[in-house]
Amino acid sequence: MKLLTFLLSLLSLTALAQADFEKSLQKRLILAEDGSTIEIEAGRFQLTKTLSLEGKKNITLRGKGIDKTILSFKGQTQGAEGIRVSNCENIVIEDMTTEDSKGDLIKTMQVKGMTFRRLKAVWTGGPKSTNGSYALYPVLCENVLIDSCIAIGASDAGIYVGQSKHIIVRNSEAYENVAGIEIENSLYADVYNNKAIGNTGGILVFDLPDLVQKKGGHVRVHHNLVKENNLKNFAPKGNIVGNVPKGTGMMVLAASNVEFFENQIINNATIGVAIISYYMTENGIKDKDYDPYPTAVSIHHNTFERKPRRVPMDSRFGKMYRFVLRFGRHVPAVVYDGILNPAKVGADGKYPLDYSICVRDNVNQSTAFLDAENNFKGLKQGKDLFDCDLEHVKSIKF
Amino acid sequence: MRILGVLLLAFIWLISAETNYRENLSDYGFFKGTIKDQIPADGVIPYTLNSPLFSDYASKLRFVKLPAGQSVAYNPDSVLQFPVGTAIVKTFYYPIDERNPKKGRRLMETRVLLHEAKGWVALPYIWNKGQTDATLEVAGGSDVVAWTDASGKKQSFEYQVPNMNQCKGCHERSGQMTPIGPSVRQLNDGQQLQHWETAGILKGLPKDHIPALVNYSNTAASLDDRVKAYLDINCAHCHNPTGPARSSGLYLTWDSKDRTAYGFLKSPVAAGRGSGNLSYDIVPGKPEQSILHYRMASRDPGVMMPELGRQLTHHEGVELVRSWISSLPQ
Repeated sequence: MKLLTFLLSLLSLTALAQADFEKSLQKRLILAEDGSTIEIEAGRFQLTKTLSLEGKKNITLRGKGIDKTILSFKGQTQGAEGIRVSNCENIVIEDMTTEDSKGDLIKTMQVKGMTFRRLKAVWTGGPKSTNGSYALYPVLCENVLIDSCIAIGASDAGIYVGQSKHIIVRNSEAYENVAGIEIENSLYADVYNNKAIGNTGGILVFDLPDLVQKKGGHVRVHHNLVKENNLKNFAPKGNIVGNVPKGTGMMVLAASNVEFFENQIINNATIGVAIISYYMTENGIKDKDYDPYPTAVSIHHNTFERKPRRVPMDSRFGKMYRFVLRFGRHVPAVVYDGILNPAKVGADGKYPLDYSICVRDNVNQSTAFLDAENNFKGLKQGKDLFDCDLEHVKSIKF
Repeated sequence: MRILGVLLLAFIWLISAETNYRENLSDYGFFKGTIKDQIPADGVIPYTLNSPLFSDYASKLRFVKLPAGQSVAYNPDSVLQFPVGTAIVKTFYYPIDERNPKKGRRLMETRVLLHEAKGWVALPYIWNKGQTDATLEVAGGSDVVAWTDASGKKQSFEYQVPNMNQCKGCHERSGQMTPIGPSVRQLNDGQQLQHWETAGILKGLPKDHIPALVNYSNTAASLDDRVKAYLDINCAHCHNPTGPARSSGLYLTWDSKDRTAYGFLKSPVAAGRGSGNLSYDIVPGKPEQSILHYRMASRDPGVMMPELGRQLTHHEGVELVRSWISSLPQ
């Protein structure tokens, strides 16, 4: 029987009416034996419900390629996600396009070994606050590989890895999302060879309070092209990325052990790299176990380019830059809010090296220490305000 | 040709024997007489819950069958830990006319939860047009249902039967399938548990201090208790520290002590447009600024809560939560 099922699972689905297609595909996902491959033929398929995979091991869901196999969730009537995978081990989704779900396009939760490969996940109507939150969304997962994927139009983050461990995001592209790529409350991530272009913010590494997985960090972000992330922030209010200023290249929010290197950070109108504490969001903190301070952040060997221009005014950051900090047409490539954890500060008022923010050896480097907690009184600007060197964050191998 | 033959065989096998579960509800023998009358066979015990889950205004019949000679141990906190071999059976129906039960009812689906050695499994059986039996449909289904409500108004919508995976979308704790309803606090109506004890299927029932949830529609109970009961059964099956919505950090369990985790001035985590441009789950005194209220009232699949098992808005539930939030001191 196993052999028959195996043979069968290698069969592509035959041409069926759309409703039959949907039901039969869902049925195959429910009945799939561990270890099987479910292939979807080329074509455009309209689905009305979340397609779900639950409690399986070693399953591959495979189309015929990006823009060849297209699952459209336009007009979806049931379920928030396009595809939802939960409580599984070693799942691969590859070679297809998913479009226009009401909520997230592909959400995977509690999966050990989750691969997204050669996928396009897109809201086709352009950036709108009515688009779903996340295009590719692994949460509470381990060993996550996102490779050669494209995410477009998410009203939160295009590629969003939340509360997960051991993560690689590579060779992928994010366009016209609020956040292009976001690593949130996640441990051990390697983000490289990606393009984040034309989003509100390019690549974000965030740690937020009140979550199951509290502490993120040990994140490397390198060899990425982070360009022209100047899109108006279209996130629905109430969401943390709603605070990301238009024109943000990269941002570290309250995360620790983060290394950004050899990235091309080009023409992001407001921020090249910002390193800020959770206090900058002005949200209250009630989570006693939460650490709101970014520490051990190293920014080196990146290339910054920015055409001189005034920062856009439509964010709090923009207004602060214009009216309080008066940066003018040349804004610093790297800014640090300078809100330090008093418990970690030495007698000299500084962090010991292993908690420090280090910025060194970047092309077109300029830096600013905002002293945000003292109303910017101690604002400092210069080329080398944070000249130090941290131990490298390790690369990820599964 | 040989390969074609093998494939054909495989296809026939898939259609005829796709699961090892019984194809028809009647195969189990849960009921005696005409099956649509839902008269429990010997050993099948009907039960009710103090505060039932809202399921698109469907009425429900609930039954449990323990393996012969076995029992379940009392516990005050969680769903009762029924022994392997237990079946929980729940039939969803709509009266033809809520004002006149004599006009009969339409049975939509019967969900069978079986406790197997490897864990619980949930099986959706859909009733046929003639109401002579219900058939297993692992991929679920949908059909338009129409009825006359208590005020004489004609109602109709497309009823959705969840697929097997969606069942687990709610019936999950730490990745394991589990029943939701039959906890002591839900079963404790002053006589039901005592009846179970007499029947020998419940052991260790104390004389007093047995927890109980109020019925959320009982206006004689306090607003606090009613909301606690409502959110517990309608939300907390996912929104608890080991449930499917644990990634949100919002825990709406009846015994939750942490006010932030219960939603008070709690920012959403990954709500997206589900936030409705609002900042917090619960803003005391301000239901219209509370995400909890907004998502309960919505019918948009990308916004509404619960996200499964609901097509319609539960107006009475929304109103209950609205008045509760209004009553909270700012």
